[in-house]
Amino acid sequence: MDYELLIGIFPQVLLDGILLGFMYALIALGYTMVYGVLEFINFAHSEIFIFGAFVGVEILLSLQSAGWLARMPWVVVLILVILAGMLASGLLAVTIERVAYRPLRTAPRLIPLISAIGVSFFLQDVIRLFESMWRNAFNLVYPTMDVMNIRFELTSTLDVSVRSLVVIVAALLMLWSLHVLVNRTKIGTAIRAVAEDQAAASLMGINVNRIISLTFLIGGAMGGAAGVLFGIQYSLINPYTGFIPGLKAFTAAVLGGIGNIPGAMLGGLVLGLLEAFAASYMSLLTGGAFGAEYKDIFAFSVLILILIFRPKGLLGEVVRGRA
Amino acid sequence: MIRAVAAMAAVALSVTLVDLFPRSILVFLAFQLSLLYVYVTRIPAWLRTGLLGVALLVLMPLIGLRNGYYLEVATQVGIFAALALGLNIVVGLAGLLDLGYVAFFAVGAYSWAIVGSPHANLIFGGGFPLAPGWFYVFLFVGLAVAAITGVLLGLPVMRLRGDYLAIVTLGFGEVIRVLANNLDKPINLTNGPKGITPIGRPPLPFGIPYSEGFYFLVLLIVAVVILVNRRLEDSHIGRAWEAMREDELAAQAMGVPLVRAKLLAFACGASFAGVMGVVFSAKQIFINPESFTFLESIGVLAMVILGGMGSIPGAVVGATVVTVLNLQVLKGFSLWLNELKNAGVTVLGYSLADLPTQLEPAKYERMVFGIILVLMMIFRPQGIFPARRRQRELAHTDKVPTAVVP
Repeated sequence: MDYELLIGIFPQVLLDGILLGFMYALIALGYTMVYGVLEFINFAHSEIFIFGAFVGVEILLSLQSAGWLARMPWVVVLILVILAGMLASGLLAVTIERVAYRPLRTAPRLIPLISAIGVSFFLQDVIRLFESMWRNAFNLVYPTMDVMNIRFELTSTLDVSVRSLVVIVAALLMLWSLHVLVNRTKIGTAIRAVAEDQAAASLMGINVNRIISLTFLIGGAMGGAAGVLFGIQYSLINPYTGFIPGLKAFTAAVLGGIGNIPGAMLGGLVLGLLEAFAASYMSLLTGGAFGAEYKDIFAFSVLILILIFRPKGLLGEVVRGRA
Repeated sequence: MIRAVAAMAAVALSVTLVDLFPRSILVFLAFQLSLLYVYVTRIPAWLRTGLLGVALLVLMPLIGLRNGYYLEVATQVGIFAALALGLNIVVGLAGLLDLGYVAFFAVGAYSWAIVGSPHANLIFGGGFPLAPGWFYVFLFVGLAVAAITGVLLGLPVMRLRGDYLAIVTLGFGEVIRVLANNLDKPINLTNGPKGITPIGRPPLPFGIPYSEGFYFLVLLIVAVVILVNRRLEDSHIGRAWEAMREDELAAQAMGVPLVRAKLLAFACGASFAGVMGVVFSAKQIFINPESFTFLESIGVLAMVILGGMGSIPGAVVGATVVTVLNLQVLKGFSLWLNELKNAGVTVLGYSLADLPTQLEPAKYERMVFGIILVLMMIFRPQGIFPARRRQRELAHTDKVPTAVVP
């Protein structure tokens, strides 16, 4: 076994894992916040996420064709694109809740889940339909900004691109502002109150429906931001790309303890790291018999193991104990 | 009396139309609708059974002689009907939402594909493919293997409830697909994404052509599956499943052994898929992991939901409607649009020839499934043919029973 190689790639794998982890964390927030208030898996969240990526790519492509992409300062473009992605995904999430989930709120638990699966499939093909009509292609590539490709060599085995730094900084900012919003503001208190006990919250004068919409808005916006960052980092997107990351982000949410916001962040990071290490080292350790192609299985196995042995997740404290 | 005549006339008329216009999709749809009419209209039971029997056993193969594609559609409907009936046990009766159902179908398909083709020589040395007659044995092997897989899946997820169970079964379905995709090394078990071919076809009696042969085989299996389903529904275990679906705790308190009931539900549902998997692999001659995606699982789920969870006729009708939508309506629309495009038709001043080439309406299965799932959940969660027991429950709430229980 080549120990030098094993150790040599370590820093790079660590960085990849952290990047992936932040992505999962941002998406997982959407699952966990909605689960917190409604005890319901928003299966369509993976499409809310990829919708943000598509809004982002559309804006970048139109800026590019107008010739503004090169002329505008890249930070401005970046902020613009991320905000647009957040807004679009957030509004989409709110709309979905109004149309497909709210009428089913009192129905047995599986009914809204099935509806959510339907929404997820429907959205995939709606995005495909729109892009096919509009661009005659639904596999889109994020236009690159030259700044993004600058790399800093930290050591001989590790270099960091601006692209990765952008993703990390943006994700950290987002997670921090969400933390402040939930824990330090009146709105945050209301969200936590609704998650704790809807009836009591409404007796305290909180408009429960408004707070639920708001939860979808915030969760969706986080997903949208993740979508844009995903596009910037991995460049190729299509309407079906969101599904697997969405599923893994859900795994991350369960891993951290579903309904628990810091848990989702932690779960995302842990899962991202686990997956990056599994993807790079599995092939080396098994002599090429099992390689990176099994990384999806790896994530699902984590999910199954967590659900069996520690259903309340790493940070425990499920909103209302149920697994 | 009038209804009986109308039913017979509907079938006769639609068959004549199919004979006159063997290429028209609408006419074949009319034939299917006439069968549905025969099923739902109030006529004597013997007449209904007779008409449906004649239509399925005699008329359909004859139609197949005029247009082979219709027989193919009918066979596919049969395959999916059996799958829907299997999933109906798990989802409809036992109330366990299984989103990875197609995995069992895959297990059955691969179990025959590997030994029914020369591929097995790579694993075991020589002596393959097995003689085609083994196919009939493998119907049962596929059943057993799938049932065992069902139990293996069931064991670890036993403690999970509702939505978690759904996600884990989804993950399980993906695991099976990824395994099928990648088990071409270290031992070449599935030949990876390239798939396995040629898969042996069974010997058929009386020299029946393969397309007709598979049609009858599928029809026979569906008949058996329906029979088993009906017996199960009113059996001890069927009632246990329904009790479990309504309230797990109460069921347990009433003495339903939850673990055994759940495992049995998984095993029963899986075994139907396993049998159909064997038939499917022989019918297609070629299989690869692409046939066993999450999309297929949701397709089968959409069939069950559309027909009505827990309802046997519902599952069959759901399978028919969804399969026909996919194979005929979407494809037909695609072809029609292409014809219009080539003819240079303009709609409201917009030339259809300018339509993007990437638009292929035939590829929008997901949209169909999505719309079905959302609309059914919002407007008619009991499905188009609600289960009998549920109907009775609803009837009870309408009128107060007059007889007083002493």
